[in-house]
Amino acid sequence: MSDRYIARSTEIAARILGGEMMIMSAVDSTFFTLNEVATAVWQAADGRTPLSEIVVRAVCDQFEVDPEVARADVDAFVDELSRHGILLVSDRPFDNASSGPGEAA
Amino acid sequence: MSLIEEMNQRALELGVPLGVHLDVTYRCNERCVHCYLDHEDHGELTTSEIKDVLNQLADAGTFFLTLSGGEVLMRRDFFEILEHARKLQFNVRIKTNGVMIHEAEAQRMRALGVEQVQISVYSHRPAVHDAITKLPGSLKRSVDAIRFIKSQGLKVTIANVLMTANTGDHAGVQALARELGATYTLDPTITPKMDGDTSILNLRIPGAELESVFHNEALVGNVEEFCAPPPTPGDDVLDGYPCSAGHTAAYITPYGDVFPCVQFPLPSGNVRRQRFLDIWRNSPELNEVRSIHAKDLPVCSTCSHVGTCTRCPGLAYMEGSMRGPSTADCEKSFRRTGIPSANMLRKAGAHARVPLVQIQSLTL
Repeated sequence: MSDRYIARSTEIAARILGGEMMIMSAVDSTFFTLNEVATAVWQAADGRTPLSEIVVRAVCDQFEVDPEVARADVDAFVDELSRHGILLVSDRPFDNASSGPGEAA
Repeated sequence: MSLIEEMNQRALELGVPLGVHLDVTYRCNERCVHCYLDHEDHGELTTSEIKDVLNQLADAGTFFLTLSGGEVLMRRDFFEILEHARKLQFNVRIKTNGVMIHEAEAQRMRALGVEQVQISVYSHRPAVHDAITKLPGSLKRSVDAIRFIKSQGLKVTIANVLMTANTGDHAGVQALARELGATYTLDPTITPKMDGDTSILNLRIPGAELESVFHNEALVGNVEEFCAPPPTPGDDVLDGYPCSAGHTAAYITPYGDVFPCVQFPLPSGNVRRQRFLDIWRNSPELNEVRSIHAKDLPVCSTCSHVGTCTRCPGLAYMEGSMRGPSTADCEKSFRRTGIPSANMLRKAGAHARVPLVQIQSLTL
């Protein structure tokens, strides 16, 4: 499977609350909360770093997870958020990658 | 518990101001008869001051941001403020009268990812609406704005404040909302002016009309459920808080004053003199608000409505005590259920010439 690139949509509202990321789509008002691992993937979604590298650096290295398990979980997470337009997915790096979300609290 | 409710609970536990209402101006192009604001500019926050406040709110963890006024578009820098807010990834809701919104403004709101726009409509009849706003042609312009915004795919809520001047027009406004694809909300609350002037309270609809609103299925849904007698309050109710004001919500005036809520004008600090988070965490006023549980309310804690009443601590504060009853909400609880509030019984008792409970012998 060729690598993928993920970027955060600009049509969302996001904020960290107690270590978990809250995200709401401005398009359909879908509301998500991401756990610590998913938040790490979200924060790494700069549109330029390959997803395989994000899995290693943001998940496996930080949370001591088996790479195959991590990749499968991250793929499912990416697919779910991309269905709601919250994450943008491409097989090439994005030209204008999204800037960092409101990383607060 | 929904995900949003879970987030609210977590914000409460963490002491995070999850929702902030920022009035960017009190200036307005309408002069609504029921408005509680002074529309003169007494030194509004500058663009850079507002951007700094927004940065501080993002750092404090605020997620829901309501931009309101006055009329937000009276500020020439409104879209600059909005753009900055969206860069900080707030969930932005705008309250406006819409009369300055045309296709270009609606497109800009869509491009910036505004979550929702709320527009006030008082009547479906131009003569009635325009007499309330005192701006000829305002209903047409507000309705045009709703169409522009809806055509961009944005969500619109029509806020229908009910008062003596538009009693009976709610069905017409509700039908208009349906036609426009907007959500409809009705609010029978008229609040005193910010300076304490209560003269506009005579615009409140009479109790009998309020009763009819609360028993209207088209407005409240399941009437039997909505108007049900209050259940006996448990310890969870008495240990609970009256509302989110000061707990997970705050209000900032165009002059930087921080209040617990737009309807609760308790001066708690000013962002021109202090960091927002210092005010939020350390203001004695906000900490006093936070210290009040339902069981601490001298009259309301004894009231059968305590668990279901819409009691507004801000309206109570404007009546004289943030721990006291809000008589407008007592009236609502009574008109909804037919059961008088403890405050009403207390007042009736104080002025009664006859016993409240009368036992008469049956004459055969």
